[in-house]
Amino acid sequence: MSVQVPTAAPPERRTIFQRGAVGRRAFVCPELDVPAVAAADALPARLLRSEPPRLPEVSEPEIVRHYVGLSKRNFDLDSGFYPLGSCTMKHNPRVHERVAALPGHARLHPLQDPERAQGALELMWRLERALATLAGLPHVSLQPSAGSHGELAGALLTRAFHEDRGQRRNKVLIPDTAHGTNPATVAMAGLQTVTIQTNAAGGVDLEDLRSKVDDDVACLMLTNPNTLGVFDSNITQIARIVHEAGAILYYDGANLNAVMGISRPGDMGFDIVHFNLHKTFTQPHGGGGPGSGPIAVSDRIEPYLMVPRIVRGEDGGFDLSEQSPKSIGRLRGFQGNFGCFVRAYAYICSLGASGLRDASEVAVLNANYMLARLSQHGVAEYLPRAYGDLCMHELVLSGAPLKRDLKVKTLDLAKRLLDYGFHPPTVYFPLLVEEALMLEPTETETKETLDAFADAVAAILAEAVADPEILRQAPHTTPVRRLDEAGAVRSPVLRERLADAPQEPAHAG
Amino acid sequence: MSRYTAVTPGDLKAMLGAIGVDSVDELFARQVPDDVRLREPLDLPEGMGEQEVYAHLRELAARNVSTEDELSFVGAGMYDHYVPAIVDMLCQRSEFLTPYTPYQPEVSQGSLQVMFEYQTAVCELTALPVANASVYEGPSAVASAAYMAKLHNGRARFVVSAGLHPHSLQTLRTYARGFDAEVVEVPLTAELTFDGDAREAGGGRTDLERWREAIDERTCAVIFAQPNFYGVVEDAPALCAIAKGGPTAASPPVVIAQVDPITLGVLKPPGECGVDVAVGEGQALGGRLDFGGPSFGLFAAREEYLRRMPGRIAGETSDVDGRRGFVLTLQTREQHIRRERATSNICTAQALNALAGTVYLSWLGRHGLVELGELLLARTQYARKVLTDIRGVDTLYSGPAVRELALHIDGDVDLVRRSCARQGVNPGVDLHALTGRAEDRGGLLVAITEQRSKGDIDRLAAVLQNALAEAASPGDHTTGEIVGRQVVPA
Repeated sequence: MSVQVPTAAPPERRTIFQRGAVGRRAFVCPELDVPAVAAADALPARLLRSEPPRLPEVSEPEIVRHYVGLSKRNFDLDSGFYPLGSCTMKHNPRVHERVAALPGHARLHPLQDPERAQGALELMWRLERALATLAGLPHVSLQPSAGSHGELAGALLTRAFHEDRGQRRNKVLIPDTAHGTNPATVAMAGLQTVTIQTNAAGGVDLEDLRSKVDDDVACLMLTNPNTLGVFDSNITQIARIVHEAGAILYYDGANLNAVMGISRPGDMGFDIVHFNLHKTFTQPHGGGGPGSGPIAVSDRIEPYLMVPRIVRGEDGGFDLSEQSPKSIGRLRGFQGNFGCFVRAYAYICSLGASGLRDASEVAVLNANYMLARLSQHGVAEYLPRAYGDLCMHELVLSGAPLKRDLKVKTLDLAKRLLDYGFHPPTVYFPLLVEEALMLEPTETETKETLDAFADAVAAILAEAVADPEILRQAPHTTPVRRLDEAGAVRSPVLRERLADAPQEPAHAG
Repeated sequence: MSRYTAVTPGDLKAMLGAIGVDSVDELFARQVPDDVRLREPLDLPEGMGEQEVYAHLRELAARNVSTEDELSFVGAGMYDHYVPAIVDMLCQRSEFLTPYTPYQPEVSQGSLQVMFEYQTAVCELTALPVANASVYEGPSAVASAAYMAKLHNGRARFVVSAGLHPHSLQTLRTYARGFDAEVVEVPLTAELTFDGDAREAGGGRTDLERWREAIDERTCAVIFAQPNFYGVVEDAPALCAIAKGGPTAASPPVVIAQVDPITLGVLKPPGECGVDVAVGEGQALGGRLDFGGPSFGLFAAREEYLRRMPGRIAGETSDVDGRRGFVLTLQTREQHIRRERATSNICTAQALNALAGTVYLSWLGRHGLVELGELLLARTQYARKVLTDIRGVDTLYSGPAVRELALHIDGDVDLVRRSCARQGVNPGVDLHALTGRAEDRGGLLVAITEQRSKGDIDRLAAVLQNALAEAASPGDHTTGEIVGRQVVPA
């Protein structure tokens, strides 16, 4: 006897705006306990809304089903390996969520009087001290909202530093391996990017650097280890060249997970460092935020730091201070993404000095093990490493031979990995590596997971040899298959098209 | 092996063998030059167990007085609205909490569709045709809009209403130094302007004449807030009409408004007022206070600004089988493609907070936003009446208010606030302490949410009256215990 399994055709994915029915609702408005005031009596008609916004008309159960249904169309870190290079997708401990949700944190108003927010200010102060220790730089501002916001702070601080000395320096040196946020930030700060070449070892080309350093250079922005997973062995020389020209050294901390307790940007000669709390300090990535991008700076940059600053009084109490005449000002409202500070601080408390170092050691161990596994026969012919024989916390492979020999692109390999249940690595970055594939396993993965991923890559390359079409058509098992991205750009549809009134319920979905 | 790592001695041996090194230290010794290696342990305490971490953080949290510990009327940019349980529940789902930006759309349809729904909701709220998937938060959204305006018309002069939130104004000034732009502030009308209609009465609005005078052909953008920082509803259509008419009509500046989304069920949406770019703080829409963040910044605009908008944008498309799907789109605006020619440097934004906003707006629904807005309006009117009935309390600005009102107190605001706090009430924000403006001396900004009932407002009135009497009489009342969990040192 055969049992028939009902196979529902994949339902057209309706948005929340296409669900519900006229008159449905979840919200029950609190009672009107004061004399009624008609809006038209309080305000002239020209300042009033004439029609309610066409928000959904749905019940609470419908909302829950809808968004739980949507959630199941996501791949997430809690479900599987997510080796997205330069993003540090490490485990997100749930105790962080628990402490962030304590009412004393979650329901604390940012304008509460400092004397009645002492716990929050102390937490921020302790986090500042811990970040200063990790950076090897004495002063910290937690204010920036994300790494790129920290970079903007750095660029503006650099300008303020030079302008305070009567100099207008216009150029910022940036290696060609840098994150795109670096040059975009430089433009927002009214400065010009000058690109520095990469040498054969994957580091800064010193000759190119020397030829471009002059007294119009404000700053060098560097990631170390860089996006190739290479620690620049010439870092001391680089710092000397830049400092001798009177310029500032900025450290993009996106890759700090490689060097906690191993090496400190301040000791390398950097003046400004940003941290990505959502990477190194495991604030959950949230599908693209929130993040947090504190900065640490040297003594000579400190006078220009953003306000407010946290200060500790002689009685041990904490306060917020706006008193800083040379400050660049503020970069956002209030004190920064405090919810991220709570999680990052909890993480630092959990790991402590040796645990943080251990995290970096295992991150580098895992990356090198992955590199070794992917150097095996059947893989390395098609996916050779881009630079060096060892790597730091991430590794970059080139799919150039795969494309040349089998007419299969790195993108195809990435899409096939989805069928194997893995989130693909970062692809096509850094830009100077042809058909780049950038993997960052992180320290929280087991050897078994790393092995399973390496085995999957080997199996996929075997498929590529046998039948490359499997890769070119991949993915095959995901909620949707390859999407028409060019079409989305050609005729943008960026919001749901709504009828004047919500539709009657059509059918279950 | 520390917390969250999993390398056993057996694993380590096998892994080092596969790599071809003798120790983990060798991995670093061969890559990191000796002279930049840290030779001593980090100067940090050793790690703690989960239970100890929880206890430590709980102890810190207990030294804060939250809106659960006192009756709070503090607003000024972030508000103690009720957050429905489904917001917490959905935002804590692993599938939304733990992925990153949806770079692989085939396995990110959930996040991408949420972005698309969020953009739709923001367009509906603002009556503007395009919205991005969020920026960081309110004040930096204002500055980002100004940068977009600069890219749009190449000018470098911003005319800004003094009714903008001081943090927005300060953030704009910080950013504007980066693009060498000038910021010109237009004052508010003084109290006691009256044109005959009670609904139009009262000061505290951007001075339209000064606004007109300030705008010239070099003006890149004009920026105002609706309602403004003092809670007063601006004559937004007039502000827009002046900016777009007059001598600069041939090439008008970009009109940017910072809006409070919770008021948009009642107030005319910016798109219908003539606003080009609407930005705002999203925290009121289902966000926690979190001592100031994370929240999200909403950002909507007219179509002509689409290709210069900052941030992620989700677009609808179809897959190879013709199924509906969503992707990140128009990415040639963005830093990872365009680098120094990008329209912004933003990368990680506020996706999870925007999800909270989307769920919240679905929960409020089409009529709920209007009902909530009307409730806030009625309670704000009531609060204005009962509070200004107190001797020594008057309006600072009597222009129309919908959710927050600026009072003037005949007494030392700091002393009065402390006295209220001892009685378990935080009566609002000391305006002068926040803005530093001379005209804000004696100012108290009182915010109303649906969580502050008539009874709560009556209690505020009683406590404020008490406090004023206490502050007026000499005596030692500046020291001692503050209601809540913390004892403030004398």
